[in-house]
Amino acid sequence: MSEEALIGLFVATVQFGTLVFLAALGELIAERAGVLNLGVEGMMAMGAVSGFMVGLETGSPWAAFFAAAAVGALVGGFHALVSVVLGADQVVSGLALTIGGLGLAAYVGRNVVGERPETLFTDLGIAGLADIPWIGEIFFDQPPVVYLAVLLGFSVWFVLARTRLGLAIRAAGESAPTADTAGHSVMALRSGAVMVGGAFAGAAGSFLSLYMAPGWVEGMVAGRGWIAVALVIFGAWRPGRLALGALLFGFTLALQPRLQSFDIELLGVEVNRISPALLGILPFVLTVVVLVIISWRYRHRPSVAPAALGLPYRREER
Amino acid sequence: MASSDADYAVWLRGIEKQFPGVIACAGADLRVRPGTIHALLGENGAGKTTMANVLAGVYRPDGGEVWVNGRRRFFQSPADAIQAGVGMVYQEFRLVPTLTVAENIVLGAAPRLLRGAEIEQRVAELSAAYGLAADPARPVWQLSMGERQRVEILKALWRNASVLVMDEPTAVLTPGEAAELGVTLRAMAAEGRSVVYISHKLDQVVAFCDEATVLRRGKTVATVDDLDDVDLQELAEMMVGSSQGVAMDRPPPVDTGSEVLRLQGIHAVGDRGLPALTGIDLTVRSGEIVGIVGVSGNGQKELAEVISGLREPTEGQVSVKGQDVTAASSSDRYRLGLAYVPEDRLGMGLAPKMSVVDNSVVRSYRSQRRGLFLSTAKCTEFCRGLVERFGVRVGRLNDPIAGLSGGNLQRLLLGRELAGRPSVLVAAQPSRGLDVQGVAAIHGHLIDQRADGVGVLLISEDLDELLALSDRLLVMFEGRIMGEYGPDVTPRTILGAAMAGNPPR
Repeated sequence: MSEEALIGLFVATVQFGTLVFLAALGELIAERAGVLNLGVEGMMAMGAVSGFMVGLETGSPWAAFFAAAAVGALVGGFHALVSVVLGADQVVSGLALTIGGLGLAAYVGRNVVGERPETLFTDLGIAGLADIPWIGEIFFDQPPVVYLAVLLGFSVWFVLARTRLGLAIRAAGESAPTADTAGHSVMALRSGAVMVGGAFAGAAGSFLSLYMAPGWVEGMVAGRGWIAVALVIFGAWRPGRLALGALLFGFTLALQPRLQSFDIELLGVEVNRISPALLGILPFVLTVVVLVIISWRYRHRPSVAPAALGLPYRREER
Repeated sequence: MASSDADYAVWLRGIEKQFPGVIACAGADLRVRPGTIHALLGENGAGKTTMANVLAGVYRPDGGEVWVNGRRRFFQSPADAIQAGVGMVYQEFRLVPTLTVAENIVLGAAPRLLRGAEIEQRVAELSAAYGLAADPARPVWQLSMGERQRVEILKALWRNASVLVMDEPTAVLTPGEAAELGVTLRAMAAEGRSVVYISHKLDQVVAFCDEATVLRRGKTVATVDDLDDVDLQELAEMMVGSSQGVAMDRPPPVDTGSEVLRLQGIHAVGDRGLPALTGIDLTVRSGEIVGIVGVSGNGQKELAEVISGLREPTEGQVSVKGQDVTAASSSDRYRLGLAYVPEDRLGMGLAPKMSVVDNSVVRSYRSQRRGLFLSTAKCTEFCRGLVERFGVRVGRLNDPIAGLSGGNLQRLLLGRELAGRPSVLVAAQPSRGLDVQGVAAIHGHLIDQRADGVGVLLISEDLDELLALSDRLLVMFEGRIMGEYGPDVTPRTILGAAMAGNPPR
């Protein structure tokens, strides 16, 4: 395999990693507040199509990116209304969001299939660093969204771990009555978290349609929303581990289309004869393995998963 | 004595609150003067906790007025009540197990940016100022119940609450810890804070509190301005209404027969991976009630689980009627004659969303069959028999049991367990949370079983119940049996000392 192909693989790893990291970071916020959102796939599709259309219209990738985030927040708001305010089953509402979001995205985008916007995100060659061999190309010559994602990762960690708001969000996700009786509005915290999470997923969708695979076709999210949901578990609900997991999952995603071009042998198997589909399930297999390890290691202490995850809260219910 | 209404720290006036199928408060009043500890007394279901939740902004009353520190309040949420200076310590603690002590204390009133060391420092100062020891950096899940309660009190002090509401604060404490709590509360009252102390443990109420309000069936039936002037008997009668049913006659002794349950050298590990039982030996003979005394959390739950087959002991042997069942499943043990009434009625004993019929046959469904399939007719008939024999008041037999009251749930559960004609009955907290009638019914059944030659192991936190029913008492402390005592001949102080781990030599 050529050096160029190998660098290409790592460049794509970072980009796929960013894609699932952004979406998973949003899901992490919602889950730390106690709301499971299985609608990530649908929210990403809505973000992808709406971002792409705004990009076509305005020619500004940033306007498109933020429009996609706004649409994601709106879709998240729907999930918040149904599952947080009205107390419906979060799993049902989230699945409805995925199915409905995918369908609605296909409908909204039916007339822009095959079009191409004039301007897309361009790679930022960071002065001085981008010229370093290998490392420069892989880490310092990427589109701005990659760096934004890193910044957001740090911000989310900081807010959750080091601020009053973060403490309240964590309390709402661990024990809603505790947060409530301490004087926090569980409804506001959870709704806010779901909407911010939706914004992240929508923005991630637009990164797909405005940079990674410019254009819009139905089904282009292709299960990456589910990978993001799995990634939150893989990352044990911690932003730092989420980032590491994102690079690992990003690697499997980047490897998938390239697998056939590798002529190496691993453990006596010719790599290019492995089915890409098999590679596609790797993130989920890894997630299950991590889940088993976590539950084993935490068998004598409170689980790492937010204890109130998936449980609706109504104050006067007894 | 307050000269005008404005002088009360708390004035709940004509509070009404209804829940589906239950009237919790029907015009109850509560007046608390500043700087006093005020006991809110009443039986289970009298409306004490509902009143407290109204004061804490958790429930919005259907009628009545809430006044705090001289102003009428309209609490929309707990946040409003906190703002008005009300701090509440709930019976089931409102703490996040995975957060640290300091994080739990500042939750809801934290600085915008959290600096761990700074917060821990300030919490440490607060806990030192009130003599409430708690390590600020430890996660709450590692704390004992007594420590958790201190964290809850610190939480209220952190917001500088002028009114502290404590719901059944001593239920989880050892007698020593309860005495310490009394000292803390006195110190708080001396600073001008008011304490509303909800309890049905009369001796403690008399020891700690200045004044009292007695609730019965959602109404205020008596107020006592000076607790020094009344005696316990009088207060007890106010709570119950008439003095009937408070004390009960000890059943006459019955000849005990053969050994039906035996535990030898049982060791077991609790949920947290720490030893919960360390070398338990006990026997129960046919025709006797053996009471297990102890503050909850000293291994009683694990003991019941080991006997019923839900928890595997790490060492030792369990035998039922002389047969080793250490490795037997819980259904095999049931068939051998071991019945079990678990502490957690609705979680472990019964399935809330299943019907009365389904719940009554889950033990014995094998005998309700016709061919391969369950026979609805047989199941219903079996269930109807239980309901009649044990006086369960139910609506329709096919409705989910979630709507039944605690007493009826317990009658159904006990009935189901006794239907198999067991030789041993393990009953954990069988009368907890029931009203007077419910308690009497359950006690009656236990005594009947004893008369029929069943060996009963009764695990309870209610010393009066144990003293009234047991033929022998075993005191448990930290997973060990501290000693065996005769209920008639042992003063309570000796039992209390044994419960706290200091049995008299």
